[in-house]
Amino acid sequence: MKPVYLRPKSLTGVVTHYCPGCTHGIAHRLVAEIIDELRIQGKAIGVASVGCSVFAYNYFDVDFQQAAHGRAPAVATGIKRVHPDRIVFTYQGDGDMASIGAAEIVHAAARRENITVIFINNAIYGMTGGQMAPTTLEGQVTTTSPMGRDHKSQGYPLRMPELLAAVDGAYYIARCSLHNAAHIGRAKRAIKQAFQNQMEGKGFSMVELLSTCPTNWRMSPVKAMEWVEKHMIPVYPLGEFKSGEGE
Amino acid sequence: MSEPILMKGNEAIAEAAIRAGCRFFFGYPITPQNEIPEYMSKRLPEAGGVFVQAESEVASINMVYGAAGAGARVMTSSSSPGISLMMEGISYIAGAELPCVIVNISRGGPGLGGIQPSQSDYFQATKGGGHGDYKLIVYGPSSVQEACDLMIKAFDVADKYRNPVMILGDGMIGQMMEPVVFRDQPGEAAPDKKPWATTGNEGRKSNLITSIYLDPEVLDAHNWKLYQKYKRIEENEVMYESYRADDAEWLLVAYGTVARICISVMEKMREEGFRVGLIRPITLWPFPKTAFDEVADRAKGFLCVEMSTGQMVEDVRLAVEGRAPVYFYGRTGGAVPLPRNIEKRMHQVIAGRTPVVTECLDKNQGGGGR
Repeated sequence: MKPVYLRPKSLTGVVTHYCPGCTHGIAHRLVAEIIDELRIQGKAIGVASVGCSVFAYNYFDVDFQQAAHGRAPAVATGIKRVHPDRIVFTYQGDGDMASIGAAEIVHAAARRENITVIFINNAIYGMTGGQMAPTTLEGQVTTTSPMGRDHKSQGYPLRMPELLAAVDGAYYIARCSLHNAAHIGRAKRAIKQAFQNQMEGKGFSMVELLSTCPTNWRMSPVKAMEWVEKHMIPVYPLGEFKSGEGE
Repeated sequence: MSEPILMKGNEAIAEAAIRAGCRFFFGYPITPQNEIPEYMSKRLPEAGGVFVQAESEVASINMVYGAAGAGARVMTSSSSPGISLMMEGISYIAGAELPCVIVNISRGGPGLGGIQPSQSDYFQATKGGGHGDYKLIVYGPSSVQEACDLMIKAFDVADKYRNPVMILGDGMIGQMMEPVVFRDQPGEAAPDKKPWATTGNEGRKSNLITSIYLDPEVLDAHNWKLYQKYKRIEENEVMYESYRADDAEWLLVAYGTVARICISVMEKMREEGFRVGLIRPITLWPFPKTAFDEVADRAKGFLCVEMSTGQMVEDVRLAVEGRAPVYFYGRTGGAVPLPRNIEKRMHQVIAGRTPVVTECLDKNQGGGGR
């Protein structure tokens, strides 16, 4: 009998700590499948951030460094400058990248760091229990926006790909969604592109993945997938925002 | 052994780092250490290395974390406010047990303070600075030559213990020119000599660099493992110099450039018949307690002189353990203690006219004491 669905070699098989219905599992699998397909497991070095994905290194069977909150692009810079021939990627959430690490991600792109960035946007701080993130939608209820995010006092959701696409040093910037199989397929192609770019020395690539947090959104996994499609995609349009160097 | 070259301290420190095999530098501009990144930006590419000007000191120290975890000899440099920004990263580096060298050409604080020499970062360097139970190995050079020699040692000690090392120089060390001889030129420590480094898992199990241990038992064990390492460092790495301490009744205690000022005070008072000696800690952590054990039983008193309102003096008191009174004289903010004022304070000490705990006895001369 020929198996049609196996665990990627680049995943360890450790049972994850993620909540049921969370899309981190899908995102991990996609990244691992691409590492396998591109045959780069032996030279991949991941950088885990602070948030739910802080333990990503338990699940990926590649060398890993765990970075301080928001600093993964700086840590990745240090690794990549020492080993330009290795494939270095960060895996960061929205609090980590779009809030405390906003400076590091913008300047990694501006320096044209030849790294790959996987950005999980689930519009909330998951690990700390559901606080408002820079990507929280207007009106969205979180533990620190109990009346719903009000743009008058709490501002608007931050769109990282649109922001980074304006940086000349960025090569490839895309936003995908993980809410259904068709979109997961597209996300996989974007992630593959982002890794291939690095292998070809093209510079900074970032893929945002619209993701769910059923636990902190107080929704069933199915409702959470629907919520991504209905509420997040209108605010966070999908597609490639940039492919190529310079302006 | 090469011929002496006249070099500015900051540039000599940078050259010494390259000769120690450092090939990666990540930093951010701040006075009075700018000659270090400037020199590195020119020399490192020539030496086959990499210089990156980061967007902040926060990013610099995290680039150091990444490069150190990737197995490189790596350093950064900054000055006091920038070092404060690095404290989070230094705590992570200590927790993840990564070797690197951090140079602090310190200036007066608190806050933005000034840009003149100061020793007011002693507590931050030796007592933590960042969060958690950790120790930096801290060297306080008193000359450009010693700063160069300690740079080379710093990289070796960092690799030996997998621990961050700080060179705590004041602005004077960075800015003055002195003759320097580059004594050692050890080869670069290759990443393949660091089997724990993240270099890609080809042909081995995956490596991990981390400082997170959520299980209390595991974190407890990690902290006690670090503690045992710090004990070994205390046993093996203490450095100090004692000057004319054998028969001294009165001992000056100072580190860095202030120690050189104190030596001239000591020599003058010796000529006048006062039995004055000096203890100069070179490692500020581990603090050279043994230097005090050698003299404390017969000493009549110690006078600690610093460019601060009194920081190392606390370690001096702990080392002396009440066996003799410990006095203090200090200037801050870039004001440098003058030999005549140190001498005057020492005469007050000898005459018993300086209570051990008082504040600012000689305000009109500048400088406080206790």
